[in-house]
Amino acid sequence: MIGNFDARTPSGPLDKKWTSHKDHSRLVSPNNRRKFEIIIVGSGLAGGSAAATLGELGYRVKCFCYQDSPRRAHSIAAQGGINAAKNYQNDGDSVYRLFYDTIKGGDFRSREANVYRLAEVSSNIIDQCVAQGVPFAREYGGLLANRSFGGAQVSRTFYARGQTGQQLLLGCYQALCRQIAAGSVQMFPQTEMLDVVLVDGHAKGIVTRNLRTGKIDNVAADAVVLATGGYGNVFYLSTNARGCNVTATYRAYKKGALFANPCFTQIHPTCIPHSGDYQSKLTLMSESLRNDGRVWVPERKEDSNKPPNEIPESARDYYLERKYPSYGNLAPRDISSRAAKEVCDESRGVGPGGRGVYLDFADAIKRLGEETIRERYGNLFEVYEKITGENAYQVPMRIYPAVHYTMGGLWVDYNLMSNVPGLFVIGEANFSDHGANRLGASALMQGLADGYFVLPYTLPNYLAAQMGKRPSSDHPEFKKADSDVRAKIDNLLKINGNVSLDSIHRELGTLLWDKCGMARNKQGLDEALRKIPELREKFWREVRVPGDGEDFNQSLERAGRVADFLEFAELMCLDALARDESCGAHFREEHQTPEGEALRDDENFADVFAWEFRGNGQIAPPKLHREPLHFETVHLTQRSYK
Amino acid sequence: MNFKLRIWRQRDAKSLGRLVDYDASDIPAQASLLEMLDIVNERLLLRGEEPIAFDSDCREGICGTCSLTVNGEAHGPDHPGAACELYMRKFRDGATIVVEPFRVKSFPVIKDLVIDRSALDRIVQAGGFISARAGSAPEANSIPVPKHDADLSMEAAACIGCGACAAACPNASAMLFTAAKVSHLALLPQGEPERTRRVVSMVRAMDAEGFGNCTNTYECEAVCPAEISASFIAKLNREYSKASLRRSAGE
Repeated sequence: MIGNFDARTPSGPLDKKWTSHKDHSRLVSPNNRRKFEIIIVGSGLAGGSAAATLGELGYRVKCFCYQDSPRRAHSIAAQGGINAAKNYQNDGDSVYRLFYDTIKGGDFRSREANVYRLAEVSSNIIDQCVAQGVPFAREYGGLLANRSFGGAQVSRTFYARGQTGQQLLLGCYQALCRQIAAGSVQMFPQTEMLDVVLVDGHAKGIVTRNLRTGKIDNVAADAVVLATGGYGNVFYLSTNARGCNVTATYRAYKKGALFANPCFTQIHPTCIPHSGDYQSKLTLMSESLRNDGRVWVPERKEDSNKPPNEIPESARDYYLERKYPSYGNLAPRDISSRAAKEVCDESRGVGPGGRGVYLDFADAIKRLGEETIRERYGNLFEVYEKITGENAYQVPMRIYPAVHYTMGGLWVDYNLMSNVPGLFVIGEANFSDHGANRLGASALMQGLADGYFVLPYTLPNYLAAQMGKRPSSDHPEFKKADSDVRAKIDNLLKINGNVSLDSIHRELGTLLWDKCGMARNKQGLDEALRKIPELREKFWREVRVPGDGEDFNQSLERAGRVADFLEFAELMCLDALARDESCGAHFREEHQTPEGEALRDDENFADVFAWEFRGNGQIAPPKLHREPLHFETVHLTQRSYK
Repeated sequence: MNFKLRIWRQRDAKSLGRLVDYDASDIPAQASLLEMLDIVNERLLLRGEEPIAFDSDCREGICGTCSLTVNGEAHGPDHPGAACELYMRKFRDGATIVVEPFRVKSFPVIKDLVIDRSALDRIVQAGGFISARAGSAPEANSIPVPKHDADLSMEAAACIGCGACAAACPNASAMLFTAAKVSHLALLPQGEPERTRRVVSMVRAMDAEGFGNCTNTYECEAVCPAEISASFIAKLNREYSKASLRRSAGE
């Protein structure tokens, strides 16, 4: 039984679907809203904006986050900007163009209707953020400024220095604070969701652990919203925060929610290269740098160890400009990342280990002056210098791709509800809008679209039929989930081996990066699928989790997350193996054009892959369900950025 | 590189804590301070000792989670930057490094180096926002903001909410934190309608949380990882005086 596996895409012309859907969705009247309790897990752009908005509408909201304050959710680290089809630049932008760029950028593996809605509400997001006091960059006349971003030929990205995510998150954190003060939202920081509770097939609550005291609680509600972000940390090294994890979505998957396109992971082209085993995370350098920086490597591999200033212009290969003349350094992320891997595979990479390419600002500094570059990217240059000890005004930056974002996530319908009734999934945690590759400055847009402007319309449609159906948290289903959670914690504490958690997680990460990273093939994926269960066994036999469960225990928190990553990794590789085509970030080496670009197979794979967990406590092969994608408006073409 | 560490260990809020000595040998110079603590923790774990609890998340200086006092300075000696942006190559080989939590009465210790900073959230809840219901916002460009004001507002808004300002202040004052939020919103036309009420209730909340007052020592500005200028405290004082005058005049 998988419940609702219908995308519920409204009928009618593309540009009328959302309006007509809103017009025909059920409502909950103001005096009834306070009778509904909504659980929201996560307080980033999606969760925070949803909690604030639903609280203000009059619902009783409980919002949970693992951080010590909702303001620290990982949305805060997004740098570059947020897209919106305002056409303030008079350069030909429109809702249709933003929609088309997004669906093409995603390599035609997302739903037309969802993406169109995203483009449609993008303008409202900017209005909302400005009203909240987000200090976006402005022109001298006082109007809003824009910059350009990868995968687009118009300037539609709004930004607040290199800290756009921070400012948008603080905007929604402040709105959330207002609701907390008003009593409509109850905030539970340092609290982790460890299970979803289903009653009569509907999501009606969660089991949580208070990370500070170790206390396990059962919380009942009328609906559950997961806004728990992405699973990039399955690779151990990524640009994600240390705490980002797959636990909430994976445990929902084990309760019956379908997991869609798990192999679609975005490898961001501009990160500071990896420098050693001790390293705990990778740092992103905003893609906006590619507006003014030029990417190159030496033409000949013999030059790759020479200092960059000793390599003359004629011996440099500006490979993005050469291969993609019309988009140049602003080619989309998946394409830029793969191009960097390619030149490094040819031994033309630079820096320690040869896994790096130059991002050079010399021309931009000559053209615009150092002051202008400092104004645009000053904080990024400072971050770079802190980490590497190098001054990028004088020597080119070294960059290399790193895991950054996950397009895959729990399957949802047009209402952002999973196949489990009452379980909604928003933001990066769902799979819905980015297809096989996300364009820059679109993650912030999607998080806020879902929380401010989509969920507040689609959630009531579900709630309207749920009046009075909230179970008590004493219901036997809660008791069962509660004891499962406790047993899992006890099992982790009982292992008492002599291997560290990080070492197993690192091993898993290296394996995935090699076999299920920027390029995949059948042989490598088969090998990964053989090794992951071995690693999982090693974990459950040899890992050491100190302390006890009744206390603030960071090792225990992380152990639970790594245990889930060790199961989830297998699902990712299965998905990558089953998708026997290349598309967007999913590059199967067996399927490429003569020029080495991703070769889609629309005949057989224009589908969403949604996986159903099977196995009773044990892990059995999951079952694949396919949702065919229907393209009524766009014409499927081979993506060309040449 | 090799270091001698003296690290604050404290079981929980009620227990007494103390500095405990550890050796940190063979540490790569390119590692960050937090990565050095990861390495030490991994070794402690394998020796059967309890790892040192410390908080961090983004590890790139923006989330404000890390909260370490290193050699007596909030976030350590490499300003501006959060403790997660402090790299071991900044220390002398063989140096002794003392690591404690931020020391502020209003930030009680949870365990070892982890503290409770919910007091800062409560200051924002008291009024650090603009009331703007989703759906009711006017067209974004209908509210022009002079570039200078927008830039200044952004400088204040860059605060990462770590609380280092209070930790560095001899009076444990959270004035810089509060001033940054008050200034961010007061500099924008959108913040105007709630300007008076906001500053009064935020200052009141700050006092209620037990933070001290400002005596112009500027330690806050010196350690702030987001380089928030102490001149925003002057702005906070002006905003507060104006608001109090307006209130006493019955406005």
